[in-house]
Amino acid sequence: MIRYLPLILKNGLRNRRRSILTICSVAASLCLLGVLMAIYHAFYFGQATPEQALRLVTRNRISLATVMPISYRQKILQVPGVREAMVMQWFGGVYKDPKNIFARFAIEPSRLFTLYPEYKTSEEEKKAFLRERSACMIGRAIADKYNIKLGDRVTLVGDIFPVTLELTTRAIYDAPENNASLYFNLDYLFESLSAGRRDFAGTFVILADSPDSVPRIAKEIDDQYRNAPIQTRTESEQAFQLGFISFLGNVKMFLLSICGAVTFTILLVSANTMAMSVRERVREVGVLKTLGFTNSSILGIILGEAAFLSLIGGVIGCLMASGLTYLVRQAPAFIIQLKTLTLEPSVAALILVIGVCIGVASSFIPAWNASRTPILDSLRYSG
Amino acid sequence: MAIPLAYNLRNLTVRKTTTLMTALGVALTVSVLLAVLALVAGLQSAFQSSGNPLQVLIMRKGSTAELNSNFTRGAYQDLKFKPGIARNQAGEPLASLEMVTVINLESVDSPSGMNVTLRGITPIGLEMREGLKVDSGRWFQSGRREIVVGKSIEKRYPNARIGSKLKFGRGDWEVVGVMSAGESAVNSEIFADLNQVSSDYNRSEVLSSALVRATDPVAATALINDIKTDQKLNVDAVPEKEYFESQTNSAAPIEFLGIFVAIIMTVGSCFAAMNTMYAAVSRRAKEIGTLRVLGFSRGGILMSFFVESLLLSALGGILGCILVLPLNNITTGIGSFKTFSEIAFRFRVTPLIMLIGILFALFMGAIGGLFPARNAAKKEILVALREV
Repeated sequence: MIRYLPLILKNGLRNRRRSILTICSVAASLCLLGVLMAIYHAFYFGQATPEQALRLVTRNRISLATVMPISYRQKILQVPGVREAMVMQWFGGVYKDPKNIFARFAIEPSRLFTLYPEYKTSEEEKKAFLRERSACMIGRAIADKYNIKLGDRVTLVGDIFPVTLELTTRAIYDAPENNASLYFNLDYLFESLSAGRRDFAGTFVILADSPDSVPRIAKEIDDQYRNAPIQTRTESEQAFQLGFISFLGNVKMFLLSICGAVTFTILLVSANTMAMSVRERVREVGVLKTLGFTNSSILGIILGEAAFLSLIGGVIGCLMASGLTYLVRQAPAFIIQLKTLTLEPSVAALILVIGVCIGVASSFIPAWNASRTPILDSLRYSG
Repeated sequence: MAIPLAYNLRNLTVRKTTTLMTALGVALTVSVLLAVLALVAGLQSAFQSSGNPLQVLIMRKGSTAELNSNFTRGAYQDLKFKPGIARNQAGEPLASLEMVTVINLESVDSPSGMNVTLRGITPIGLEMREGLKVDSGRWFQSGRREIVVGKSIEKRYPNARIGSKLKFGRGDWEVVGVMSAGESAVNSEIFADLNQVSSDYNRSEVLSSALVRATDPVAATALINDIKTDQKLNVDAVPEKEYFESQTNSAAPIEFLGIFVAIIMTVGSCFAAMNTMYAAVSRRAKEIGTLRVLGFSRGGILMSFFVESLLLSALGGILGCILVLPLNNITTGIGSFKTFSEIAFRFRVTPLIMLIGILFALFMGAIGGLFPARNAAKKEILVALREV
């Protein structure tokens, strides 16, 4: 096979326009397949970071929009293996313009850094954030995007809560993954609400002592409230985030069916091209056979050419796909998994393998026919 | 004189396999685009057929959905007698006080459950929903833990059939009926007696929203202004239609992804169509030479190949429409972060959508065919005749 490599390369270059068009077409499709598979991978095979693997989220069993009493924390803390539990309340609201989308949470600052050790900020900023009731801490990505500096005022007009909050930026944090959230003091939110409507928790974020105890803790917490009027649902932070995606509809089905359509399209395109290129050189195959090439080596040469073209297409497609995932990472999105979307090497390798397989599969029938045509017939053949 | 169309048609039929493969490639691209458009159209029609143009929805200032809105009984008493509100035959004002919350229902699709809107409502509120009727069973009775479910809910959630019991609030609620109202959002909701729901949720005084019907369109505008400027009420009023239309954007993420996919697939398909047409041109070099000798102009050849490419892609467009037709009327659900609940709707492959698909295919054919056609037209007669 290796000694035919120059022949395969030459064949691939003989009709440059066709080769380039085929490569472009295969590259576009494989790029798309790459992005979709990267998304699928991020959603359903994403690995939790070591910090994330320790966290659980408890919410009201009915829905995220329904709250729990804050007193639930006592019992949660008593579950063996629970190190800390913090209230995290989605605030929503509007910052300047409804189009400015980023997450805003009311939290307990004194517990935040225990639960999220990956949030890095300077000691002074941390102290200032802890000290001041109306302080807020924002992620680096938000600070850059909206040009908010330390000391700047941030006004949030509530939609879920009938309040307008005046916050002062006291800290800016960096985090490897999610640095596009705003955190402020839960007490400050409660103060702004009327007395009867305080002391609730949208979610509890829980820190476990080891990743192994996470499933057991989740079960124990939910069991405690099994017969209470307000029941809970506890799951790992990763599963909790996945819940948002399944809420959007049958995303899995959607992604898979598009992947299927794309793969089938590449198959068609490359089969078509290879059929055309083989048809063009039936006579040449005859000449090769007269020179002593066997049926199987001719089959190999033609298959090799198809594999070669689709491999180049695959490499270009992977490069474009990783460029696109970069763009997705920059875009504003609620879906946290997309913030770290990358084309993993394993996914890229899979794309290349799929590309080559499709190339070989699509050219198999024309190649088989060409290699089996008797010499005399093929020499007599006229395009 | 133009080259007859029959020449192109015959050429396409002679190269059956190539034609069909290229057309299928175009067809798949078109069908992905159409599937997304059909999804959005279905969702739009579900929301657009919800809401009466004369009706006005009243919520707390600043809230964007009924779910996070508050409206008190006291405010309702003030609101009810505002001028411009229509009355029913019995002379009661058409103003409905409602409470909205969500409950979790398990289904085959999502074993962990999906959120569904539960609406506490009074007879006046039922009267104000146009086309609302009970398909089977009966309406709930006031003061009892009984619920009526929308027909999409009955279809998608096995636990919500007539006779079964759902546990929420302070006890078990019996499903006593299935209701429907055209294609509207009501089909994805659960209705129950307002007083019973509000007492179960400890919200007897503070409910969610109010819906009022104005006597005519002019009165509706005046009523909205009147309510918005009323300092005592301190609420916001929006036309009911506008409220539902603003929820259509819950399909935005899927729409965005779908259009992104369609664009990249289009690029790929354009290259593929170009490839096919270039091959057609190079294989028919002699024919092109002959046509030129016969006196057909360069422009005529250009047109002919261009038209052939359009025909090829139109075939793809039609195939794409056929591929996507089975999706029509399939029911699916999508969650909205605005209402925190799921709305069921049906894919709608409308004639307009199919037309868009065919135009889109023609566009691909035009891009893919232009360069090869130019290439064909530029061939010199003698060179073309000598090519093998």
